Amino acid sequence: MSDTFEAVIGLEIHAQLLTATKIFCGCSTAFGAPPNAHACPVCVGLPGALPVLNRRAVDLAVTAALALGCEVQERSVFARKNYFYPDLPKGYQISQFELPLALGGGLQMPASVGGRFVKLTRIHMEEDAGKSLHEGFADSDRKTYLDYNRSGVPLVEIVSEPDMRSAEEAALFFETLRQILVWLGVNDGNMDEGSLRCDANVSVRRPGDPKLGTKTEVKNVNSFRYLEKAIEFEIGRHIDVLDHGGRIVQETRLFDAAQGKTYSMRSKEEAHDYRYFPEPDLPPLMVDAARRDRIKAALPELPEARRRRLIAEYGIPEYDAALLTQTRGVADYFEQTARSCGNAKAASNWVMGEVLRNMKERAVAIEAVPITPAALAGLITIVEQGTISSTVAKDVFARMYDTGRAAAEIVAADGLAQISDTSSLEPIVQRVLAAHPDVVAEIKAGKDRKFQFLVGQVMKETRGKGDPKLVTDLMRAALGT
Amino acid sequence: MTARQLTQQIRRGDTSAVAVCEAHLDRIKTLEPAVSAFNTVTAERALARARSLDALQQAGAPLGPLHGVPVALKDNMCTAGVPTTASSKILRGFVPPYNATVATRLEAAGAVIVGKTNLDEFAMGSSTENSALGPTRNPWDLDRTPGGSSGGSAAAVAAGMVPLALGSDTGGSIRQPAALCGIVGLKPTYGRVSRYGLMAFASSLDQIGPLTHTVEDAALMLAAIGGHDGHDATSSSEQLPDLLAALTGEVTGLRIGVPRAFLGDGVDPAILAAFNAALATLAARGATLVDIELPHAGYGIPVYYLIATAEASSNLARYDGVRYGHRTAIEKDDTLRTMYERSRDEGFGAEVKRRIMLGTYVLSAGYYDAYYLKAQQVRTLLRQDFERVFATVDVVATPTTPTPAFKLGEKTSDPIQMYLNDIFTVSANLTGLPAISVPCGFSAGRLPIGLQFTGRSFDEVTLLRVADAYQRDTAFHTESPTAAEALMNRPASQP
Ligand SMILES: [Zn+2]
Repeated sequence: MSDTFEAVIGLEIHAQLLTATKIFCGCSTAFGAPPNAHACPVCVGLPGALPVLNRRAVDLAVTAALALGCEVQERSVFARKNYFYPDLPKGYQISQFELPLALGGGLQMPASVGGRFVKLTRIHMEEDAGKSLHEGFADSDRKTYLDYNRSGVPLVEIVSEPDMRSAEEAALFFETLRQILVWLGVNDGNMDEGSLRCDANVSVRRPGDPKLGTKTEVKNVNSFRYLEKAIEFEIGRHIDVLDHGGRIVQETRLFDAAQGKTYSMRSKEEAHDYRYFPEPDLPPLMVDAARRDRIKAALPELPEARRRRLIAEYGIPEYDAALLTQTRGVADYFEQTARSCGNAKAASNWVMGEVLRNMKERAVAIEAVPITPAALAGLITIVEQGTISSTVAKDVFARMYDTGRAAAEIVAADGLAQISDTSSLEPIVQRVLAAHPDVVAEIKAGKDRKFQFLVGQVMKETRGKGDPKLVTDLMRAALGT
Repeated sequence: MTARQLTQQIRRGDTSAVAVCEAHLDRIKTLEPAVSAFNTVTAERALARARSLDALQQAGAPLGPLHGVPVALKDNMCTAGVPTTASSKILRGFVPPYNATVATRLEAAGAVIVGKTNLDEFAMGSSTENSALGPTRNPWDLDRTPGGSSGGSAAAVAAGMVPLALGSDTGGSIRQPAALCGIVGLKPTYGRVSRYGLMAFASSLDQIGPLTHTVEDAALMLAAIGGHDGHDATSSSEQLPDLLAALTGEVTGLRIGVPRAFLGDGVDPAILAAFNAALATLAARGATLVDIELPHAGYGIPVYYLIATAEASSNLARYDGVRYGHRTAIEKDDTLRTMYERSRDEGFGAEVKRRIMLGTYVLSAGYYDAYYLKAQQVRTLLRQDFERVFATVDVVATPTTPTPAFKLGEKTSDPIQMYLNDIFTVSANLTGLPAISVPCGFSAGRLPIGLQFTGRSFDEVTLLRVADAYQRDTAFHTESPTAAEALMNRPASQP
């Protein structure tokens, strides 16, 4: 960025609340159903239908607000945002306007992006609109079809202050927010299915200028990378316009990912007058202190706190702690394993290694891993006890994953226990030495790096079960080196 | 005959649900060409249902409180499988896939829905002349309006086509036609009756209620439709008391507030005379009359027309030609915007358009504070007026309307004159309080006059007790509408 300008960025994030049913009716929120399979008089706006607020959606919204340090308002008010669009069945969206659910709060950003505390303006609840299907039908050149499955899906809109100063910081903010929402079980984090969407407000100004420059809004950027690119592009565009003596036009823009550019969608002159007014079909939303406190008490430890505690409590490196707190499930899994086996570093290595690798390969979440933390701890324990080598252990892990059997059971049944008695290993060592007189001669002549070859041969003969340390000792003794 | 008497006769086996249904359908057939109270008569459906009710009775099944009683619903209440149009061209041919809660509850109580009644389009009007299907006529004088917007329901009950009907009341739309047709009209407390399935005009003011001949029938019907509904977030969880048991006739010591200052200009002398006579009747029965002040009642009309139109402009946005109802014929180069504009222009009538425009203006950036917000503030003051008054009185009495039924076409060219008809009725909607109109006399031209009581919030018990006590001492509600009777008594040979 040109050092004569400073970027000012604020984000608006729409997150779908993870409820089974819609915000104002009993229809399912499940993704992927045939068009209009999840529709009823309320969510297609039939005459006479009325909204009834989903209490679970409120609980989830309050959960998010409390986790983000917001002040949850005892009384908030739903409002109608009036505009015409075919995917908006009532001709208005039920949202919140003057009196939102929550005010304030924010996120501490790391030093790598400036270490700022990015404040939140507000969090409010609203319903999603349906979807216009412009393509995919034989008569799509003449007709638009409408799918109201999404209509009435519960959302929170999280609005930040214009506190961010770089595209990187904004992308990280969005990523951190996503992690927290998923961690809380408030949102599924699925940006492809539209359950998490981000709009960015971007402006530039001379450093030290207290006044904000004219902003543009980039709508619906649904990946961290695209968000960073879109903001980067906008900042560059603004500076370019200003450097050439131009003026920024306040407008809404869209990001074209293929071209890496933003383009104008509508200007402020064309902007709607939404004629907000309090929704008369819904009484004010009351969240009393008891309900708020109950939700607060049930809040899980958040990712950042969890990370710090894992380092302190288990003595694991920062790198491990960051990987292990990518989701709450993984962190829980690690902690249970570590507690069961009493060896935190080993637990961390196993979770970061085999567990995460298997999840990635099989594209499953931690909840779908069939090896319980206790079972993994059992595996770690028999490795520690020397019953099996770590090489064999990986094989045992794979069998545990496929069969669901316990480690000790697999080791016993498949005869995988480590051979760690001299009487069994000594004859094998002698056999290997006898079979490779040339190698023995080379080692005796000082080529010690050939030593590992002989150890390897013994391990091969024991099918990996020989205790590597004992094998090494016996080999050294036999060679007299 | 009242609904109460009818259902008792059916239960006793003196008659059957089918016979009662047939008799009413016959009467509808005779009177409807002259009165035009109905948008749809569901004769087949009604008879089938009456037959099943008779079968239930024969099988010894438990019977509902409205067992076998024919009822009509204002055509802005959704009935599954039966067209519901709000008397608007924009909903011509619209058949709801679901029932309004009131329809479900009436049927659960044993009532037989015989049809859907005419109204001012989307309940916007005071004469039923703003109906896309043409006006309804007053059974007392066919050249006059039955009032509105529930004019079809009021005329149907007055003419004896049904003993009970439902109306909706946003600014007086039950009580004003009840008064003009010489019957009882009750607007319950806001939240008492579920609005689920009622095509919204102004959500914070709309309330469904009964139109009947007697207060007792109104109590019977409210008992059937009232009470909390999980489909309407504004419906109250307040327990519905035993309304019939409340009708003791006892008004001794009951305090009736009379806002004398509010009853000045523009009130027809015949109305004032009937009103004063009614007060004297109640005083003679033991009630105490108390002079009261309602300083902000005079602002009722402007406040009402700001709030009601604001809400209406939003409520009617869903009629866009996209999912149901009228859609304009699409030409090759039409844009989405053209489709909206033409569909709505062709589908809505003049009064509805006037109110949508007014309401859109009221909510617009730069005007919201001056109009909508200011109106809400005055609404609060009006509410406080009534709270203060109810500290010392039990009900407030006023005439229901400033004049008796006016001639068709008399006020259609002057919206303000039409709006002023609501002067005594809008307060109950703005405050949410329950109010009832009962017949209290006739003008020189034998047009009915209505007496209105307004009660405390959720105190329908006191309201109904006073109104019922009044009916015990009077016979206005037993008189038959002149024009309808003349039609009934016509020799059969005449066309
Ligand atoms: Zn639905």
